[in-house]
Amino acid sequence: MKAKIIVTPKKAVVDPQGKTVQNALEHMGYRGIKAVHVGKYLEVELDGGDKESVRKSLDEACHKFLSNPVIEDYKLEIAD
Amino acid sequence: MKFAVLQFPASNCDQDSVHAVRVLGHSSRLVWHKECSLGDADAVIIPGGFSYGDYLRTGAIARFSPVMQAVRAFADNGGPVLGLCNGFQILCEAGMLPGALVRNRDLQFHCEHVFLKTNNLESSFTNSIPNGKILKIPIAHGEGCYFADQATLETLKANRRILWQYCDARGNLTEIANPNGSLLNIAGICNEQGNVAGLMPHPERASESILGSDDGKWIFQSVIAAFEEKRV
Repeated sequence: MKAKIIVTPKKAVVDPQGKTVQNALEHMGYRGIKAVHVGKYLEVELDGGDKESVRKSLDEACHKFLSNPVIEDYKLEIAD
Repeated sequence: MKFAVLQFPASNCDQDSVHAVRVLGHSSRLVWHKECSLGDADAVIIPGGFSYGDYLRTGAIARFSPVMQAVRAFADNGGPVLGLCNGFQILCEAGMLPGALVRNRDLQFHCEHVFLKTNNLESSFTNSIPNGKILKIPIAHGEGCYFADQATLETLKANRRILWQYCDARGNLTEIANPNGSLLNIAGICNEQGNVAGLMPHPERASESILGSDDGKWIFQSVIAAFEEKRV
């Protein structure tokens, strides 16, 4: 079992990395880009067990440690 | 007065902090992050550096070090805690100060002297700063852009908890004097009780005139003065 966690900056937080990447893409000629947000991707390998209880404990870890709720949002996905 | 100066893996301003306090005639003890007690310390300094390599987020891992439980208990008991640079980031991650410190708006690491305006001369961290004095203190950080939601900013403002703001040499809070994009030019704040403060600049690197400025000493002097006043 694997958990995939995507952490992105909250909309209200200025994201200079995203802005810089967006500018670069525009300079390269890629059109129609509205915004870029640079975040983090974490892959957690798991021993297995009950999917729901794994989700519950990892959700807590995301909230407490893997993301900072003041500045970031996260998406947690558990894959088999 | 006895200071405890914390040491995390990759702290790098611990000895500077010890020195700054020594110059003012007071002693400190270095406390390794795995220790669970602060001993008989009267104040805690969380120094600058790159604790745990800044992995995940600045300060995110250090806040779970055993010593931080002792720091929290010490602060809950009213003890003064001063976080400098990475120390400020750790205090925010630990939830002991509101908000967070994110990447500088220009994505560059800034290592330069800045000017600071002190807003509240009555706190335990500012009481000795001469009225109207603009402090010249260096910064050295890549993640010093202070962010908090609007409600938090309003609370900080209303309760005079924004202790220091980036300004120009004359004390004007301009955009250009803001080195990292911090909201409201915030360089340092304190908690509601007024006994926990954090600031991104490095007063310990500006505590003797040989270093180009000794303005930082006023901040340590304030902690000492507040302690001595309490003892009388």
